[in-house]
Amino acid sequence: MEFREAMQEKYKEILESYMKDQNEQALYLSQKFSRKSIEHKISPEEIIILHRTALLELGIEAEADMLQSFDILLEVMMAYGIAYREHQNLRTIQQELKSEIEVAANMQQTLLGTQVPEVDCLDIGAISVPARQMSGDYYHFVHDEQEAVSVAIADVIGKGIPAALCMSMIKYSMDSLPEGRYEPCRVLESLNRVVEQNVDPTMFITMFYGMYNTMNHTFYYSSAGHEPGFFYNHQTQQFEELYAKGLLLGVDKKTKYRQFEKKAEAGDIILLMSDGVTECRTKDGFIEVDTLLGYIKKYIHLEAQEIADKVYKELEFLQDFELRDDFTLIILKRIK
Amino acid sequence: MDSCVKITNEWDIVAARQLGRNVAKDLGFGTVDQARITTAISELARNIYLYAGQGQVCIEKTENAGKVGLIILSEDQGPGIQDLRKAMEDGFSTSGGLGAGLPGVKRLVDEFAIDSTPGEGTLIKAIKWLR
Repeated sequence: MEFREAMQEKYKEILESYMKDQNEQALYLSQKFSRKSIEHKISPEEIIILHRTALLELGIEAEADMLQSFDILLEVMMAYGIAYREHQNLRTIQQELKSEIEVAANMQQTLLGTQVPEVDCLDIGAISVPARQMSGDYYHFVHDEQEAVSVAIADVIGKGIPAALCMSMIKYSMDSLPEGRYEPCRVLESLNRVVEQNVDPTMFITMFYGMYNTMNHTFYYSSAGHEPGFFYNHQTQQFEELYAKGLLLGVDKKTKYRQFEKKAEAGDIILLMSDGVTECRTKDGFIEVDTLLGYIKKYIHLEAQEIADKVYKELEFLQDFELRDDFTLIILKRIK
Repeated sequence: MDSCVKITNEWDIVAARQLGRNVAKDLGFGTVDQARITTAISELARNIYLYAGQGQVCIEKTENAGKVGLIILSEDQGPGIQDLRKAMEDGFSTSGGLGAGLPGVKRLVDEFAIDSTPGEGTLIKAIKWLR
């Protein structure tokens, strides 16, 4: 028997059973029937005809006028039928878009990938989690021959695909900086020119660029409007802000950046982050900086990567597992 | 038989539907397919009435390899469609209605072809085969 005929037969059975004694069982079977109809893409207008045909076949007493009324019902359901088919098509399109974005996100991961450097005197940890599929956060490490570890952390204002596209550009401009070591303020000045020339004026990028000299254990850094980092003094067990002021990238091509420095002793920790960390939002509002530092302190004795992972877990929990902004946290711990 | 209806006002849409229904019935289309054919005619005629001002809808019988079908031809000398791809895309109907417009018509029939030149008009050919 053809599928449609089988459906017609089934419908007739259900209807017959219900007409006999209005039992709940028949109503439950109807529910199952409609599920199956949807699965097999039977549109609403066809159901009307199923019903009318079943009435006729069962010989249920119906006035001729009554049967004609189904013409009106059928006509009215036509538009619902078209809308239903459109909906199914849009769903397929959405699926396709979704998998396309997934491919793009994977590609972004490869493009923006960076290796955490291995240095004797430093324990380095990093975590970066996008709020949506594609990230507008970016971090990058460079370990040069002259024993300096450079770290860049950037955030495009905005998220999703536009932010991600913008980030790829930043990555390439950093890669194309001429070889050799650059002072953080020079790097920012150079990137600022690239961004100013190439990016839509409504899009802004913040960046923190730091360079850790492993000979004199001094951290040199500059910031382009980026979220301030923190410095943990092992001796006093206190946090202090890594103060650095500077204009966002892409605002004015003549911007000069100031460079700051901080000497690190064994056990001291440098923490860099994107605003997805500090602007972690719960239903009671943004979390306080002290709350964040509290979490960090709780895990401060662990290895750098573990601290980063644990702090992320805590904040994720705090936000009910709903990230509103891209989250990036980098930890550099001087171990000797 | 006279198989074309000129569309100049809203009542002509009803005449076009009636013509389509009669032919569909004669050819032996079932109730649901009749409703699909008339809905498609309705949409096409309505587009002429709303956007072109005037034009005509013709209904013809066709045969191919033993199959019988019904052809709907919609023709107007209106402003034409600037972006056909967009007009055929779901969710972009200018009338704003869910599922309405040309993609809706395309789904109701088995074959659908459209040709439109901005400034000259639009020609649409839709075929529904008898199953």
